[in-house]
Amino acid sequence: MPVPKRKMSRSNTRSRRSQWKTTATTLVLCERCREKKRPHVACGTCGTYNGRQVLDV
Amino acid sequence: MPTPTKGPRLGGGPAHEKMILANLASQLFEHGRITTTETKAKRVRPLAEKMITFAKKGDLASRRRVMTVIRSKGVVHTLFTEIGPRFAERDGGYTRITKIGPRKGDNAPMAIIEVLVEGTPGKKAVVNEATATAAKAAPKAVAKKAPAKKAAAKSDDAAPAKKAAAKKAPAKKAAAKSK
Repeated sequence: MPVPKRKMSRSNTRSRRSQWKTTATTLVLCERCREKKRPHVACGTCGTYNGRQVLDV
Repeated sequence: MPTPTKGPRLGGGPAHEKMILANLASQLFEHGRITTTETKAKRVRPLAEKMITFAKKGDLASRRRVMTVIRSKGVVHTLFTEIGPRFAERDGGYTRITKIGPRKGDNAPMAIIEVLVEGTPGKKAVVNEATATAAKAAPKAVAKKAPAKKAAAKSDDAAPAKKAAAKKAPAKKAAAKSK
Protein backbone atom coordinates (compact mmCIF):
# COMPACT_ATOMS: atom_id res chain seq x y z
CA MET A 1 0.00 0.00 0.00
CA PRO A 2 1.49 3.40 -0.98
CA VAL A 3 2.33 5.70 1.91
CA PRO A 4 3.71 9.28 2.05
CA LYS A 5 7.47 9.33 1.83
CA ARG A 6 8.04 12.51 3.81
CA LYS A 7 6.46 14.21 6.75
CA MET A 8 4.37 17.13 5.54
CA SER A 9 5.99 20.44 6.46
CA ARG A 10 4.36 22.82 8.89
CA SER A 11 4.28 25.39 6.10
CA ASN A 12 2.41 23.11 3.71
CA THR A 13 -0.06 22.10 6.38
CA ARG A 14 -0.70 25.70 7.27
CA SER A 15 -1.04 26.81 3.65
CA ARG A 16 -3.63 24.12 3.11
CA ARG A 17 -5.52 25.12 6.22
CA SER A 18 -5.42 28.78 5.24
CA GLN A 19 -8.19 27.92 2.79
CA TRP A 20 -10.54 26.79 5.57
CA LYS A 21 -12.79 29.80 5.70
CA THR A 22 -16.05 30.50 7.32
CA THR A 23 -18.88 32.57 5.92
CA ALA A 24 -21.12 34.95 7.75
CA THR A 25 -24.62 33.63 8.44
CA THR A 26 -27.35 35.33 6.45
CA LEU A 27 -29.59 37.19 8.86
CA VAL A 28 -32.87 38.97 8.44
CA LEU A 29 -34.89 41.09 10.83
CA CYS A 30 -37.71 39.39 12.68
CA GLU A 31 -41.06 40.81 11.55
CA ARG A 32 -42.35 41.04 15.08
CA CYS A 33 -39.49 41.93 17.41
CA ARG A 34 -37.04 43.33 14.83
CA GLU A 35 -34.26 41.15 16.23
CA LYS A 36 -31.88 39.50 13.80
CA LYS A 37 -32.77 35.91 12.95
CA ARG A 38 -32.02 33.30 10.32
CA PRO A 39 -34.31 33.31 7.29
CA HIS A 40 -37.00 30.58 7.11
CA VAL A 41 -36.40 29.71 10.76
CA ALA A 42 -38.53 30.67 13.76
CA CYS A 43 -37.22 33.67 15.69
CA GLY A 44 -35.28 32.60 18.78
CA THR A 45 -36.07 35.80 20.66
CA CYS A 46 -39.83 36.07 20.37
CA GLY A 47 -40.52 32.52 19.17
CA THR A 48 -42.71 33.45 16.23
CA TYR A 49 -42.62 32.38 12.65
CA ASN A 50 -44.80 33.94 9.97
CA GLY A 51 -46.85 35.72 12.61
CA ARG A 52 -47.52 32.48 14.49
CA GLN A 53 -46.24 31.68 17.99
CA VAL A 54 -44.16 28.52 17.60
CA LEU A 55 -41.84 28.38 20.59
CA ASP A 56 -42.40 29.01 24.28
CA VAL A 57 -40.17 31.88 25.31
CA MET B 1 -46.22 14.09 -4.55
CA PRO B 2 -43.60 13.68 -1.84
CA THR B 3 -39.98 14.04 -2.83
CA PRO B 4 -38.27 10.63 -3.19
CA THR B 5 -36.07 9.93 -0.18
CA LYS B 6 -32.42 10.03 -1.02
CA GLY B 7 -29.41 8.99 1.00
CA PRO B 8 -29.06 6.51 3.82
CA ARG B 9 -31.91 5.17 5.95
CA LEU B 10 -32.58 6.77 9.30
CA GLY B 11 -31.33 4.70 12.20
CA GLY B 12 -29.53 1.42 11.64
CA GLY B 13 -31.38 -0.04 8.64
CA PRO B 14 -34.61 -0.21 6.70
CA ALA B 15 -36.51 -1.88 9.52
CA HIS B 16 -35.18 0.60 12.04
CA GLU B 17 -36.20 3.49 9.82
CA LYS B 18 -39.70 2.08 9.45
CA MET B 19 -39.93 1.80 13.23
CA ILE B 20 -38.65 5.35 13.80
CA LEU B 21 -41.11 6.84 11.32
CA ALA B 22 -44.02 4.84 12.70
CA ASN B 23 -43.20 5.96 16.24
CA LEU B 24 -42.83 9.58 15.17
CA ALA B 25 -46.18 9.50 13.36
CA SER B 26 -47.83 7.87 16.36
CA GLN B 27 -46.42 10.50 18.73
CA LEU B 28 -47.45 13.25 16.34
CA PHE B 29 -51.09 12.13 16.39
CA GLU B 30 -50.99 11.65 20.15
CA HIS B 31 -49.59 15.06 21.02
CA GLY B 32 -50.51 17.20 18.02
CA ARG B 33 -47.01 18.57 17.66
CA ILE B 34 -43.54 17.15 18.11
CA THR B 35 -40.04 18.56 18.00
CA THR B 36 -37.58 16.52 15.98
CA THR B 37 -34.78 17.00 13.48
CA GLU B 38 -35.58 18.58 10.15
CA THR B 39 -34.70 15.38 8.27
CA LYS B 40 -36.99 13.22 10.36
CA ALA B 41 -39.79 15.79 10.16
CA LYS B 42 -39.55 15.84 6.39
CA ARG B 43 -39.55 12.05 6.24
CA VAL B 44 -42.46 11.56 8.59
CA ARG B 45 -44.70 14.11 6.87
CA PRO B 46 -45.76 11.97 3.85
CA LEU B 47 -46.43 9.01 6.15
CA ALA B 48 -48.50 11.08 8.58
CA GLU B 49 -50.54 12.63 5.78
CA LYS B 50 -51.26 9.22 4.30
CA MET B 51 -52.55 8.12 7.70
CA ILE B 52 -54.83 11.16 7.87
CA THR B 53 -56.14 10.41 4.38
CA PHE B 54 -57.04 6.91 5.57
CA ALA B 55 -58.65 8.43 8.64
CA LYS B 56 -60.80 10.67 6.45
CA LYS B 57 -62.03 7.63 4.56
CA GLY B 58 -62.84 6.06 7.90
CA ASP B 59 -63.88 2.51 6.90
CA LEU B 60 -62.69 -0.72 8.48
CA ALA B 61 -60.20 -1.47 5.71
CA SER B 62 -58.46 1.87 6.13
CA ARG B 63 -58.45 1.42 9.88
CA ARG B 64 -56.64 -1.87 9.43
CA ARG B 65 -54.16 -0.26 7.04
CA VAL B 66 -53.41 2.38 9.64
CA MET B 67 -53.09 -0.24 12.38
CA THR B 68 -50.18 -1.77 10.45
CA VAL B 69 -48.18 1.43 11.01
CA ILE B 70 -49.53 2.86 14.25
CA ARG B 71 -49.60 0.15 16.89
CA SER B 72 -51.58 1.97 19.54
CA LYS B 73 -55.34 1.47 19.28
CA GLY B 74 -55.96 4.60 21.33
CA VAL B 75 -53.99 6.77 18.92
CA VAL B 76 -55.77 5.23 15.92
CA HIS B 77 -59.06 5.95 17.62
CA THR B 78 -58.23 9.65 18.13
CA LEU B 79 -56.96 9.79 14.56
CA PHE B 80 -60.22 8.43 13.15
CA THR B 81 -62.64 10.24 15.45
CA GLU B 82 -60.98 13.63 15.90
CA ILE B 83 -58.18 14.32 13.45
CA GLY B 84 -59.71 12.77 10.31
CA PRO B 85 -63.10 14.51 10.33
CA ARG B 86 -61.38 17.82 11.07
CA PHE B 87 -59.86 17.78 7.59
CA ALA B 88 -62.98 16.97 5.57
CA GLU B 89 -62.70 20.36 3.87
CA ARG B 90 -58.99 20.07 3.08
CA ASP B 91 -57.18 18.20 0.28
CA GLY B 92 -53.79 17.33 1.69
CA GLY B 93 -51.37 19.53 3.57
CA TYR B 94 -52.57 18.45 7.00
CA THR B 95 -49.28 19.09 8.75
CA ARG B 96 -46.92 22.01 9.10
CA ILE B 97 -43.17 21.96 9.58
CA THR B 98 -41.52 24.98 11.17
CA LYS B 99 -37.74 25.14 11.43
CA ILE B 100 -36.51 26.20 14.83
CA GLY B 101 -32.76 26.31 14.35
CA PRO B 102 -29.87 24.12 15.49
CA ARG B 103 -29.93 21.95 18.61
CA LYS B 104 -27.50 22.47 21.49
CA GLY B 105 -25.04 19.61 21.67
CA ASP B 106 -24.82 18.36 18.11
CA ASN B 107 -25.97 21.42 16.16
CA ALA B 108 -28.57 19.35 14.34
CA PRO B 109 -31.18 21.52 12.60
CA MET B 110 -34.42 21.03 14.49
CA ALA B 111 -38.02 21.49 13.42
CA ILE B 112 -41.50 21.31 14.86
CA ILE B 113 -44.02 19.25 12.95
CA GLU B 114 -47.64 19.76 13.90
CA VAL B 115 -51.07 18.64 12.78
CA LEU B 116 -53.02 21.71 11.76
CA VAL B 117 -55.74 22.82 14.12
CA GLU B 118 -59.16 24.17 13.27
CA GLY B 119 -59.40 27.74 12.13
CA THR B 120 -56.93 27.41 9.28
CA PRO B 121 -59.01 27.46 6.11
CA GLY B 122 -57.92 24.96 3.48
CA LYS B 123 -57.64 25.78 -0.19
CA LYS B 124 -60.96 24.00 -0.81
CA ALA B 125 -62.77 26.18 1.74
CA VAL B 126 -61.22 29.33 0.28
CA VAL B 127 -62.23 28.28 -3.23
CA ASN B 128 -65.77 27.51 -2.04
CA GLU B 129 -65.98 30.94 -0.50
CA ALA B 130 -64.71 32.54 -3.68
CA THR B 131 -67.29 30.72 -5.82
CA ALA B 132 -69.98 31.82 -3.41
CA THR B 133 -68.91 35.43 -3.80
CA ALA B 134 -68.71 35.05 -7.57
CA ALA B 135 -72.14 33.42 -7.76
CA LYS B 136 -73.65 36.22 -5.72
CA ALA B 137 -72.08 38.83 -7.95
CA ALA B 138 -72.96 36.89 -11.12
CA PRO B 139 -76.78 37.44 -11.31
CA LYS B 140 -76.22 41.12 -12.10
CA ALA B 141 -73.95 40.36 -15.03
CA VAL B 142 -76.27 37.63 -16.25
CA ALA B 143 -79.28 39.93 -16.14
CA LYS B 144 -77.46 42.46 -18.28
CA LYS B 145 -76.19 40.13 -20.99
CA ALA B 146 -78.06 36.87 -20.34
CA PRO B 147 -76.40 34.57 -22.88
CA ALA B 148 -77.05 30.84 -22.51
CA LYS B 149 -73.42 30.26 -21.65
CA LYS B 150 -73.48 32.44 -18.57
CA ALA B 151 -76.75 30.99 -17.35
CA ALA B 152 -75.22 27.53 -17.49
CA ALA B 153 -72.16 28.74 -15.59
CA LYS B 154 -74.41 30.26 -12.97
CA SER B 155 -76.33 27.07 -12.32
CA ASP B 156 -73.02 25.23 -11.98
CA ASP B 157 -71.79 27.74 -9.43
CA ALA B 158 -75.00 27.78 -7.46
CA ALA B 159 -74.66 24.33 -5.86
CA PRO B 160 -71.28 24.79 -4.12
CA ALA B 161 -72.18 28.38 -3.35
CA LYS B 162 -75.08 27.35 -1.15
CA LYS B 163 -72.87 25.04 0.88
CA ALA B 164 -70.18 27.61 1.45
CA ALA B 165 -72.66 30.35 2.25
CA ALA B 166 -74.36 28.23 4.86
CA LYS B 167 -71.04 27.49 6.55
CA LYS B 168 -69.43 30.86 6.38
CA ALA B 169 -71.21 34.02 7.32
CA PRO B 170 -68.24 36.25 6.30
CA ALA B 171 -68.76 35.11 2.71
CA LYS B 172 -72.12 36.83 2.69
CA LYS B 173 -70.61 40.04 3.93
CA ALA B 174 -67.92 39.92 1.28
CA ALA B 175 -70.55 39.32 -1.36
CA ALA B 176 -72.61 42.23 -0.13
CA LYS B 177 -69.58 44.47 -0.35
CA SER B 178 -68.78 43.44 -3.90
CA LYS B 179 -72.33 44.33 -4.93
